Amino acid sequence: MTRYVWPLIAVIVILPIFWLGLSDGRNVNELQSQYIGKPAPEFDLPTLKDPLKRLSNKDLTGQVSLVNIWATWCSGCRAEHGFLMELFREGNIPIYAINWRDNRPAALGWLDQLGDPYVASGFDEDARVGIDWGVYGAPETFLINPEGQVVYRHAGPLNPTVWAGEFLPRIEGMSQ
Amino acid sequence: MMRRLLVMVIFCFIAPGTWAIDTDKAFDDPVLQARYDKLIAEVRCVTCQNNNIKDSNAFVATDLRREIRRMIGEGKTDAEVVDFLVTRYGDFVLYRPRTSGKMLLLWIAPFIFLVFGVVAIVRVIRHRAALPINEALDSKGASK
Repeated sequence: MTRYVWPLIAVIVILPIFWLGLSDGRNVNELQSQYIGKPAPEFDLPTLKDPLKRLSNKDLTGQVSLVNIWATWCSGCRAEHGFLMELFREGNIPIYAINWRDNRPAALGWLDQLGDPYVASGFDEDARVGIDWGVYGAPETFLINPEGQVVYRHAGPLNPTVWAGEFLPRIEGMSQ
Repeated sequence: MMRRLLVMVIFCFIAPGTWAIDTDKAFDDPVLQARYDKLIAEVRCVTCQNNNIKDSNAFVATDLRREIRRMIGEGKTDAEVVDFLVTRYGDFVLYRPRTSGKMLLLWIAPFIFLVFGVVAIVRVIRHRAALPINEALDSKGASK
């Protein structure tokens, strides 16, 4: 009887480790942001609409906010734009943006044509800020808490399902 | 029909991907160039995850090559460049992850299991050796 004790203990120890490693159901191709729980990476960019104004991570404190990485060449950004407009009309959360690797006239034209859901878009022409934020493909949306820390990053277009499943619970968690 | 075929054949030969990547020498100094070549071969393109940034023309790969070029030019060490990348993209960005933290566990776990295995085998052998049948075969000195 005792000869089975050690193998049994080994299995009992190893199984939960495998279980935890395999069961969190995340897509292995989807990268976790390195900034979860940390302050949003520092940046200071001219805004898209007015090159004399600046958007920096100091603007991201004091309230829960979103930072959306977008560009006119990005088809996923077009796909999510309608939903961003919806969030904008609801008016519950300010959406900041980093316009990534784009050109200004095209980006301004896009906002004219499709509507502008953003409080402000930083204009990251030379793509330095995109790298600093660990962006690996637009669109990406970061959820920022009032302390200016990254709470969550979604890579890919936003939609009502992602919003209800990933963002709303975290936002509610913060306001408690 | 013929024209379409011709266009397709032409596209096969000009293979836009092959001349889209900036293969120009980044540095005149061969030592710096060698470091650059080695680094970009070992950094994963996070957009196209089974490519390194040397072979990828994704925006992020292009940007990371530019950043690596800049940092080497500024006299940063390879370790500093790797730190820069890992801070932003995690260990996953390296094809040869650093042996630290969680990675260390991955490296030593096989040896831990090996020790367990050896202990188990020794115990089994000792246990077998102590079985009555051995005493019968080896009547004297079996208790030693």
